[in-house]
Amino acid sequence: MGKLYNAIFSAGIALVLACLMIGVKLDTDGTTLKVHGASPEQWSWIIGGIALVFLSQLFADQIDAAFGKIPKPNLSNLIPEGDKMVRLKPWLLAGVFVCMVIWPFLVSRGSVDLATLALIYIMLGLGLNIVVGLAGLLDLGYVAFYAVGAYTYALLSQYFGLSFWVCLPISAGMAALFGFLLGFPVLRLRGDYLAIVTLGFGEIIRILLNNWTAVTGGPNGISGIDKPSLFGLEFSRRPSEGGTTFHEFFGIDYSSTYKVIFLYLIAVVLVAFVIYVINRLMRMPIGRAWEALREDEIACRSLGLNRTAIKLSAFTIGASTAGFAGSFFAARQGFISPESFTFIESAIILAIVVLGGMGSQIGIILAAIVMTILPELAREFSEYRMLLFGLTMVLMMRWRPQGLVPMKRPVLELK
Amino acid sequence: MLKLENVNTHYGKIQALHDISIDVHKGEIVTLIGANGAGKTTLMMTICGDPRASSGTIFFDEEDISSVNTPEIMRKGLAVVPEGRRVFSRLSVQENLHMGAYFRSNAEYKESLAHVLELFPRLEERIDQRAGTMSGGEQQMLAIGRAMMSRPRMILLDEPSLGLAPIIIQQIFSIIEKLRDDGVTIFLVEQNANQALRIADRGYVMENGRVVLSDSGDALLTNPEVRKAYLGG
Repeated sequence: MGKLYNAIFSAGIALVLACLMIGVKLDTDGTTLKVHGASPEQWSWIIGGIALVFLSQLFADQIDAAFGKIPKPNLSNLIPEGDKMVRLKPWLLAGVFVCMVIWPFLVSRGSVDLATLALIYIMLGLGLNIVVGLAGLLDLGYVAFYAVGAYTYALLSQYFGLSFWVCLPISAGMAALFGFLLGFPVLRLRGDYLAIVTLGFGEIIRILLNNWTAVTGGPNGISGIDKPSLFGLEFSRRPSEGGTTFHEFFGIDYSSTYKVIFLYLIAVVLVAFVIYVINRLMRMPIGRAWEALREDEIACRSLGLNRTAIKLSAFTIGASTAGFAGSFFAARQGFISPESFTFIESAIILAIVVLGGMGSQIGIILAAIVMTILPELAREFSEYRMLLFGLTMVLMMRWRPQGLVPMKRPVLELK
Repeated sequence: MLKLENVNTHYGKIQALHDISIDVHKGEIVTLIGANGAGKTTLMMTICGDPRASSGTIFFDEEDISSVNTPEIMRKGLAVVPEGRRVFSRLSVQENLHMGAYFRSNAEYKESLAHVLELFPRLEERIDQRAGTMSGGEQQMLAIGRAMMSRPRMILLDEPSLGLAPIIIQQIFSIIEKLRDDGVTIFLVEQNANQALRIADRGYVMENGRVVLSDSGDALLTNPEVRKAYLGG
């Protein structure tokens, strides 16, 4: 009985929402607005949808049982256990790294470009993972640090002509500073309150960038940002004054592919660096302290841990990773504007962390790849991108709530 | 070793502790009993510096700690087992213990780990298990073990018998006595007056934020007022 009621209720809500959103349309007719009803075809779709909601609620148990029967890919079991892993790991990592380096020379320019984007999201996901996955602080304004990193490089390059390599650590530092500044007021907050404050912070940064026209160029953004160079060799067709280009130096023909591949390789190196650093941090006491803080704040304090320092370090290190990714993003894009740093970016990064499995690095890397490549593959459905996004989320939560590859924490053996 | 002199504590305008003076000597088990809301936990928290005493002084090893901040107090050789165990439930037993030795060197960590595992063989069996999946008694052992990892000279225990079966409570209390034999000074806050007074050298009774009685453990056990109020006549 309860289920029937539930089904009727859900179908009712679906009906109301569908009628308001699809059933009624406003059109301009000269100077007046006119209300149109939906076409018969649309109505049949709406009714079909409502029937689907009704039936899926009515047979929720059966559907859940069917979901339970779908075999769950146990990805963590594919990784060999124990001693074998210890021996194989360096070779495996080296192999992956070599493949990553060789790969771009074999495929099209477009896929290399896409891979670079995926690598940026991997960096962002890994950074946010420290804050959300490990320290358990829900941050909805993570994109702010990304923006800070990007604008730091763009502005320094525009006003002072500093090169990418000099700006990379500065951007990370600037983002870390902002993380530190945000960290202070939000230290006392948890959960929902923290989420709202960080959300606000993200918007503040974006609106600031949008309105501080004199410095940031406002909505027009900053264009013509220098691309990174390889030990002073440029990847443009013609060298700038006093510069040398890559193809001239090596005496080969110019090809714009070199630049794309070079950017990709930089991203690979940056990601490898970020993974290495974060891995070290996670194995250090500070990494465990983040997790302990997520588990129980009072217990942490009873052990003499300074929660201020721990939270701030999580915020700062997470932010600096975003700054890293941001400055690379600016260099790759050559053009940035506040448009690139809207809330939806924060949401995507958070989705990557949740989909991958909070705290798990492998999971996040996989999720970042899936989240960047799927929309590209489904280009024809670009209008329904957000719909697909939501659908993936719902399916994931039903099918694998703990994420693609749930976190397996490193265990120290004492023998 | 621990000395409180005329300590008053307020939560906003409400006074929770009135002129508390307590003395704990080295190597003793001192217990603090009292009904719910008497201020036992507040007293414990005040020693740790959160909330701060609004007046009065707290000495630990002759050093005034009444205005030192919480993390520093906790690193001075004073450990606290908070009420309700509070283990890190998604971390393994070993990681929990490691957190206890956060400020110790690796060598010291290994030494304390061996010591704690010797004290609690049960924890050794479960070393890789997630703390949240263990029973209440085991979690309490873990909480005490975690506090012991920092090699404290004094340990504050807040209701270690909370929510445990009588037989487990007995185990916990015999462990507490063992800790004392190892030279750790113990300040025990308890509701379970009978058990607590039995192992205590001295005891304090709190009521409405005041210490109303203080005597040796045995004397309190036989004290008619205490018997009436806490031991069921």
